Amino acid sequence: MDTVWRVLFLLDYNTRLVVLSTVILGVASGLIGSFLLLRKRSLMGDALSHACLPGIGLAFIFMVMAGASGKSLPGLLVGASITGLAGVGFVLLIRNLSRVKDDAAMGIVLSVFFGLGVAVLGMVQTIPDASAAGLETFIYGKTASMVFNDFLLLAGVAFLVLVASAILMKEFTLLCFDEGFARSLGWPVHRLDMIMLALVSAVTVVGLQAVGLILIIAFLIIPAAAARFWTDDLRNMLIVAAAIGGVSGWLGASTSALLPGLPAGAIIVLVAAAIFLFSLLFGRARGVVRRLSAQVRLRRKVGRQHLLRAVYEILERNQNKDPGVLSNEPVSFDEVLRLRTWTPVRLRRLIQSANREDHIDRFDGVNLRLSESGFGEAARTTRNHRLWEMFLITHADIAPSHVDRDADSVEHVLSPDMVRELERKLDLRNIPLSPHGLGHVGVGAVDRGTGI
Amino acid sequence: MMWFSLDTWIVVIGALCAVACALPGCFLVLRKMSMMGDAISHAVLPGLAIAFLVTGSRSSIGMFVGAAVVGVLTAVFTQWISSWGNVDKGASMGIVFTSLFALGLLLIVQAADHVDLDPSCVLYGAIELTPLDTVGTITIGSTVLEIPRAFVVLGVVALLNLLLILFFFKEFRISSFDPELADTVGIPSGFMHYLLMTMVAVTTVASFEAVGSIIVIAMLVVPAATAHLLTDRLGWMLFLSSIIGIVSAGLGHLMALTVPGWFGFKDTNTSGMMAVAVGLIFFAALVLSPRYGLLGKMLSVRRIEVDEAEVESEGEEVPKVI
Repeated sequence: MDTVWRVLFLLDYNTRLVVLSTVILGVASGLIGSFLLLRKRSLMGDALSHACLPGIGLAFIFMVMAGASGKSLPGLLVGASITGLAGVGFVLLIRNLSRVKDDAAMGIVLSVFFGLGVAVLGMVQTIPDASAAGLETFIYGKTASMVFNDFLLLAGVAFLVLVASAILMKEFTLLCFDEGFARSLGWPVHRLDMIMLALVSAVTVVGLQAVGLILIIAFLIIPAAAARFWTDDLRNMLIVAAAIGGVSGWLGASTSALLPGLPAGAIIVLVAAAIFLFSLLFGRARGVVRRLSAQVRLRRKVGRQHLLRAVYEILERNQNKDPGVLSNEPVSFDEVLRLRTWTPVRLRRLIQSANREDHIDRFDGVNLRLSESGFGEAARTTRNHRLWEMFLITHADIAPSHVDRDADSVEHVLSPDMVRELERKLDLRNIPLSPHGLGHVGVGAVDRGTGI
Repeated sequence: MMWFSLDTWIVVIGALCAVACALPGCFLVLRKMSMMGDAISHAVLPGLAIAFLVTGSRSSIGMFVGAAVVGVLTAVFTQWISSWGNVDKGASMGIVFTSLFALGLLLIVQAADHVDLDPSCVLYGAIELTPLDTVGTITIGSTVLEIPRAFVVLGVVALLNLLLILFFFKEFRISSFDPELADTVGIPSGFMHYLLMTMVAVTTVASFEAVGSIIVIAMLVVPAATAHLLTDRLGWMLFLSSIIGIVSAGLGHLMALTVPGWFGFKDTNTSGMMAVAVGLIFFAALVLSPRYGLLGKMLSVRRIEVDEAEVESEGEEVPKVI
């Protein structure tokens, strides 16, 4: 227990360094990854990080030729940045100048640059006593053995990203949502695009040598994608993405500090993936559960309204009186069943659902009587639906035969304002007759109600 | 530079791999899912690890099945996340493959307590070594040919891909260009999608186990994109991409033997150079393609400008169409 405490609250120097570094990297990449996600370029980090490999090999060769140690970090970083940026440049070039799409452009740059990297490293291995071994670990990272310089580097880049996205917030936002509009305003779209990708490259290159290829790719994608489920507002999304990146870095790095046998990068990715899965299911703005339950609620509401209208129209037909002066009497289950294409099971379920809303007075399996509130609701629903149908017929130039019960689904979501507008347009106060002809004998029914 | 029968085998195997990848690759490029090869080749790690933990051996059949199953699952999960969560395809691909790779890494570390299983040696076959791993010999006339295992594996995969694409050509074409139309005319576009993904997964796993992952990722995307720059017809695109793949396999091996010599090195990795070679061919097509190349476009823009200039200089005589 004591060790858990010590690790989670960063009481040891080594864990503190590693955990803080991954948190900072998570925040920075969550932030810049959100822009990538919205520009549908999430895999840019993937292409970019692979494109760094030839730079590392070439930098090594140059440094060895210059007589220096081939593994000096700044040199390798510069090399990686140069080919990384060249890779990004090629992606933009291919995408903007030819019919090849973003995804193929990224695939091409990734594979060709990585191939070049493999070839260059193949040549480097043959340099006698240059100790090139382990060069490729540069792109596989070393999470658990970071040093203070790595931390400083990461913090510097994170700060850069933070400042740049704060300053260019408006520009980046417009670039993400409407590139064409940004161009028509005369903004330097290509230059902004390059600045954004340069920031991505900076995060990728420093992250690469600190935590490795897979983790940096995951960090650029997963927090942003998870944040998207919680909010529809870009500003909030940036904050949530940064937070998710930071939290998964913190939890993942501390967990792996507690379980030293396990690779830190993998644990962090899995923590982020778990957060993503949770967001996918329970996210407040676009989570699956929320969307499904909203759909189920709407479907129930529509079903209830159909039931009420059916009962009301049966009453209308049976009593044969002026609309508006109907009395609430029981109707038979079979009659309702005949009116629409419900199965008995479905109809029973609808009645249950209406009962929960207090719309049913009693139902004994044969006869069905609406409650007072149900009767009122039935009258109101019927009226709204008919208003809408008549609006479609008279004002929207839709043939009466096309205004059928499922085509005009808007009738279920009419707002009070809309109903008032319809009343005004159609000049109707009471409940109009059904434009379908009472009892819907068939498609060819005479439209008794449309005598406006 | 010396050329041995070994080198011929390397080129033949590389070419077979290129054809096997380029055929389904055309559809990946058309469906804007080019990164699938990259995603699958990372994502299969847990499949390898589980197959190893279950069978307890490094037999290639078990590994192959495990990897292929996880490869198909990668496509399935990607589809689920992007359709249920409304997530961009690329992003959901990235989420799936990074998570699976991380899971695989954990499993391998667990397994490593029992036996040595180095991910890089499982993941990256080396094309230079393939001719040494033979399955049998054929005698043609007086020469005895030792048939490498990779040749058989990749030959079967390439043939299978070719037959499937020939057999389902119409279905693949319609469901790639217009899935809604495919559904309305009764072609199950969902089934075609998963069939394609299965082909990609099997091809990817078979090839990288034999020759290394970098060739696979390159050959899935680059020949297809190059062919896309050269033609508008799907049949031609499939044919051209195969040819481009074959040429770049030969060119790549040649470059691996010669290019390092120019800089004072001995030789280098063939699979890397094959990727570079196909990249060079793509670049040439990008510039020189008659219809979609940069040069062609520039010339046609020039021609229009010249025509306009002539029209203007002729002045009044030309009727103005507004």
